[in-house]
Amino acid sequence: MIAIVDYRAGNLTSVARALEHLGHRCEITDQAERIRAADRVILPGVGAAGATMENLNALGLASVLREDVARRGKPFLGICIGIQVLLDHSEEDNANCLGVIAGKVKRYPAVVDGRPLKVPQIGWNRVRQSRRHPVFAGVPDNTHFYFVNSYYPVPAEAATVIATSDYGIPFVAAIARENVVATQFHLEKSGEAGLKLLDNFCRLGA
Amino acid sequence: MLAKRIIPCLDVRDGMVTKGIKFLENIDVGDPVAMAHYYYEQGADEIVFYDITASNERRGIMLDVVRAVAREIFIPFSVGGGLRTVDDMRAVLLAGAEKVSIDSGAVRNPRLIAEGARAFGSQCIVLSMQVRRCAQSEAFPSGCEVVIDGGRTPTGRDALLWAKEGEGLGAGELCINSIDRDGTKLGYDLEVTRLISESVSIPVIASGGAGEPQHLLEAFTAGAADAAIVASIVHYGEHPLLDLKRYLKDHGVEIRDAVTLERNGR
Repeated sequence: MIAIVDYRAGNLTSVARALEHLGHRCEITDQAERIRAADRVILPGVGAAGATMENLNALGLASVLREDVARRGKPFLGICIGIQVLLDHSEEDNANCLGVIAGKVKRYPAVVDGRPLKVPQIGWNRVRQSRRHPVFAGVPDNTHFYFVNSYYPVPAEAATVIATSDYGIPFVAAIARENVVATQFHLEKSGEAGLKLLDNFCRLGA
Repeated sequence: MLAKRIIPCLDVRDGMVTKGIKFLENIDVGDPVAMAHYYYEQGADEIVFYDITASNERRGIMLDVVRAVAREIFIPFSVGGGLRTVDDMRAVLLAGAEKVSIDSGAVRNPRLIAEGARAFGSQCIVLSMQVRRCAQSEAFPSGCEVVIDGGRTPTGRDALLWAKEGEGLGAGELCINSIDRDGTKLGYDLEVTRLISESVSIPVIASGGAGEPQHLLEAFTAGAADAAIVASIVHYGEHPLLDLKRYLKDHGVEIRDAVTLERNGR
């Protein structure tokens, strides 16, 4: 069973539908014991870092994700805001985050080389696979994925970066360390390529 | 680099696609779910549905369509038409749409933009505006007026000022639909599209008038659009989506490649 963490954000059902389409059983839950009991955990969502952390803390789930999921070796996937809150701190709402992966989250610059940059980034961008990782198995390098984000992750250790992209500036599009994988792009909205990554995650370590 | 998006548009009335789509032999061309799936496989970057159901009693049918579409396609899709309240938006988003497109409802009640953005995030809110050319004046610095109700009702609002107001209220994207060009196949209104795109810092979608592949190229170059809506140009089979994408790519536009991947064994 895959637990999709419900922290009162949007976009939970689209991840569930994608998993169901792929034939994986999942459950949307805000219950600590269900998350502890799950084989895999997905932290999806669209939202702001501050509200996400507030909700995770209020529901008592921040420590569950940090201690019982990330540190216990359970396959753990963060999507979009779910990658950002894995780091230590976000510029958005000046939010202290989960600190599962060392690093911070920054906002895209408003101007690059004297030209205005539209923020948020909304749309399909090429993802370069900078390190071989089983979650990308069968997905060609430079495939487009769907992004909606104003902020991007800046992990402290380059070794955690598995993919990058460019939006005005180069930025980190996916990170991984041991059992933890996270993408800035929306796997559940990235067509067949996104489904492939999601399916690959569901098979990690199996 | 971010790809330019091509967004097929399907008009739906009482749960059925209204424009006669003639070229598909094995698909029920009136079925919005089948059509969405077809365009998904053709590499659509996004899909937009406009619910043009006239009677309020039958609006629930659209939610069934949205639920069915959400099980079939795994790209973003938006739904517009008749959304007047935050509850209307919530129903569509909960049914599985990624975004809502608001138009006349936002002109009548601009607070709807801010309330929607607060409730669901700006990325969910597309402010769609129908614009019509008029004489440039102090009241209409862009030379375009916003109209509503399918172009029947002028609003006295300038297109550029409304676009900026919408951005300020929290719209995540703007769709500029030229009433003058809609259905003409003469190309998008590049001037107003560029004017707005360069005056705001959110993505702008060109809409209305695409008849030739060149029109999309113009929208992305001279029009400075981030995305373009296509309807009859793809619905009638003269210019399949795959061909449009190849044409744009050959002309140096960053476009999402169609991908076919081997699925993992089940």
